[in-house]
Amino acid sequence: MQQSLIREMRAVVGESHLLTDRESLACYKYDSTPELESLPSAVVLPGNEEEVLRIVGLCHDAGIPVTPRGSGTNLSGGSIAAAGGVVVQTSRMCRIKEVDEENLTATAETGVLTSALHREVEAKGLFYPPDPGSMNISTIGGNVAENSGGLRGLKYGVTADYIMGLRTVLPYGELLVTGGKAVKNVAGYNLNDLLVSSEGTLGIFTEVMVKLIPKPLRKKTMLVHFPVLEQAALTVSRIIAARIIPATLEFLDRVTIKCVEDYAHVGLPLDVDAVLLIEVDGHPMVVEDEAAAIRTICEQHQASYFQVAETAEDALKLATARRVALSALARVKPTTILEDATVPRSCIAPMVKLIQETARKHNVTIGTFGHAGDGNLHPTCLTDERDREEIARAHRAFDEIFEAAIAMGGTITGEHGVGMAKKKYLSKLVGEAGIRVMRGIKVAFDPKGMLNPGKIV
Amino acid sequence: MDYEKLINCMRCGMCLPHCPTYRETFLETASPRGRVALVRMFREGELDISDRFLEYLSLCLDCQACASACPCGVNAGELVAEFKCERKEREGLSFMEETILRRLLPHPDRLEKSVGPVRLYQQSGLQHVVRRLGILKMFPPSLERMDGLLPPLPKRPLRRTLQEITAAAGEERGAVGFFLGCVMSLVFSEASLATVSLLSLLGYRVVTPKSQKCCGAPNFLAADREGLRDLARYNTNLFNSFDIQFVVTDCGGCGAELKRYRNHLDHDEQASLFSARVRDIGELLAARVDDLAPLLKRLPVKVTYHDPCHIAHSQGIRQEPRRLIEMIPGIDFREMAEADACCGSAGTYNISKPEMSDRVLQRKVDNIRKTGADFLVTSNPGCLLQLRKALASGEPNIRVLHLTELLMMSLSGLDPG
Repeated sequence: MQQSLIREMRAVVGESHLLTDRESLACYKYDSTPELESLPSAVVLPGNEEEVLRIVGLCHDAGIPVTPRGSGTNLSGGSIAAAGGVVVQTSRMCRIKEVDEENLTATAETGVLTSALHREVEAKGLFYPPDPGSMNISTIGGNVAENSGGLRGLKYGVTADYIMGLRTVLPYGELLVTGGKAVKNVAGYNLNDLLVSSEGTLGIFTEVMVKLIPKPLRKKTMLVHFPVLEQAALTVSRIIAARIIPATLEFLDRVTIKCVEDYAHVGLPLDVDAVLLIEVDGHPMVVEDEAAAIRTICEQHQASYFQVAETAEDALKLATARRVALSALARVKPTTILEDATVPRSCIAPMVKLIQETARKHNVTIGTFGHAGDGNLHPTCLTDERDREEIARAHRAFDEIFEAAIAMGGTITGEHGVGMAKKKYLSKLVGEAGIRVMRGIKVAFDPKGMLNPGKIV
Repeated sequence: MDYEKLINCMRCGMCLPHCPTYRETFLETASPRGRVALVRMFREGELDISDRFLEYLSLCLDCQACASACPCGVNAGELVAEFKCERKEREGLSFMEETILRRLLPHPDRLEKSVGPVRLYQQSGLQHVVRRLGILKMFPPSLERMDGLLPPLPKRPLRRTLQEITAAAGEERGAVGFFLGCVMSLVFSEASLATVSLLSLLGYRVVTPKSQKCCGAPNFLAADREGLRDLARYNTNLFNSFDIQFVVTDCGGCGAELKRYRNHLDHDEQASLFSARVRDIGELLAARVDDLAPLLKRLPVKVTYHDPCHIAHSQGIRQEPRRLIEMIPGIDFREMAEADACCGSAGTYNISKPEMSDRVLQRKVDNIRKTGADFLVTSNPGCLLQLRKALASGEPNIRVLHLTELLMMSLSGLDPG
């Protein structure tokens, strides 16, 4: 990289916010994606939108690739500088600028942590529902780039459903402002929707305006055990058919249950196929009705255990199994490959069975947990990266799992994005026409192809 | 170090929001995930040990908030400390380290004598003059900081004034050993007297062996494993020679170290027996709430509690001190934000890394002040030193107390005004 570019970038952000030393660069070669790494040539931490504009402009003129990064907790290699160049980390831009209680919007710089946004709006009796598992560390900007989901996705939707407006720095150093506080706005192409889940390939977000809803008044938590997987799956369908949409409908499979019980000793039986964690929220009367109806449905489908939490403390205890699922799985072996395969809700039971079959066939250990309500499952492989043979078997297993998900009418990624990791499956999902259109869009935003190259298409 | 511990990290980033140095800088190199990656890359031959490499690792407070947050059992603080130990074993101790760790700390008599001049300095009026004239500004900044941190020392260290056996008040129900801790004994003897009084009131005969030595935490900090093992062996043998139920300490740092003796001494029988008996005073009192509650009198004050790292993260003790405080009739307990975030004391970090220590401290002070409390309660001397100094300046005045001092206030029906 040219020394002149380094000098110019240093002049923009200051000495302490430009990293070029070997050790720093080595720490920015990864994100949360297993096995993927690539060294950047420099890392920049801008403090405001103006600095982002100037940095992107400088890099564009010099022909140097730029990769945006929030907290670096991406799961498909999205925050990795695949072609080297400059990593732009947005974490310093972390002010919540406004919570508008009349218009029900919140405006935040993109480095704000999602959980910080939750705390700020909930203190005012408002609610920003998307709750990705990483919410304590992921940034709202990162959530927008990936269209992050979370446990509340079934009832409340995902990040895309809550974006009112964005400020985006385009790859050639120009600012694009989209949306605003108007609730209905159909002027021109829907650029907000296009930018959400663009995985940092169309622009770098500097500010987000999200929509808020009133905070639900009451919440009830239930834990249910099912000896037979198909009964658990049928229960999920029957609950929806009864016109009840729970806020949370989480699932743990047999492998996961064993790991959780080994780790946390919460009294889970080792001879059941499935455990469901169900939460309903809303008006207190509705919550009571829905909880009672769910109990009936569970009993009709041979649930061997049904427990409702009476206090907030009890609710936390009941939710423990689901909360520690990933921890419990991650402690079994040194390397944990957390994946993301989504199928239509009606295919959950066959999908879980297929995952278990495939794991047996390739002699790898895979535990599955996830969002039964919307079919978004997280098959998680417990392995050891030092055993290259086992890693190869794990990859073959996941290839089969993704093929099956597509065949069932599902997708290769419900939440984690395509990034680098899932590029090879994209054409199977969107077809050649889809790929062509996506490439065209990319060129329209980024003619030089310098923003986060090597991702998606 | 076990390579497997390093590859256990799945880089999920859950540690980042809890790490005080990441919160201040947003730099990956100042995060637990980054520090584990650095050590791993060194082990894999990708990086050499450069000055910068060491600088990044040394910014770690070893507060172990990362360990509490990690979903897969990685203790980044401990890994960094272990790495430093391994290097130290090759290099050996510096002259200052040799003096303090080998010639001073393991010899309580010598240590107490060495503090004598400081007491004189404080009580003779010399300190007042020195501060007024700003003389210390001519010296390395660390000296001025040390002067600022040290509160007025008690006339005599507790180790000298407390008798070896303190009888139980009333019916004796058992005996416990009391581990003094160097800083508690030298600086906070009032608080330790409260600790011993509480133990006695609850029916314990308290055995305080005069020949006990430093717990070895400073040796651990300086990566002196040999010195640490010697102290562990000595203290283990000493306390195991008494017929006691528990070894009680009111210093979080000591408690954490004593519980680790079984690791330092390869899990041998004596060390395992010793470590299993160690109790933080808060832990022990919380198990006796039914006997303690009737003794407490009304104390209508506004209190907040700071979780010391070595009590919350290292020993997992969080609910017990809160239960004890909330038990006090009339108390107004306010939970502060980020109660278990480090205060920046971190051993001698507040001397060696003053800028980062001050930043971490400022965040803690802001959180304390936001509660509106009149009293800050905590149970570790490092935190007491750090927070007393910080809260002394600024309005309104917030008094800093050890947990046992608060409980004694309630017990004696003392007017806090």
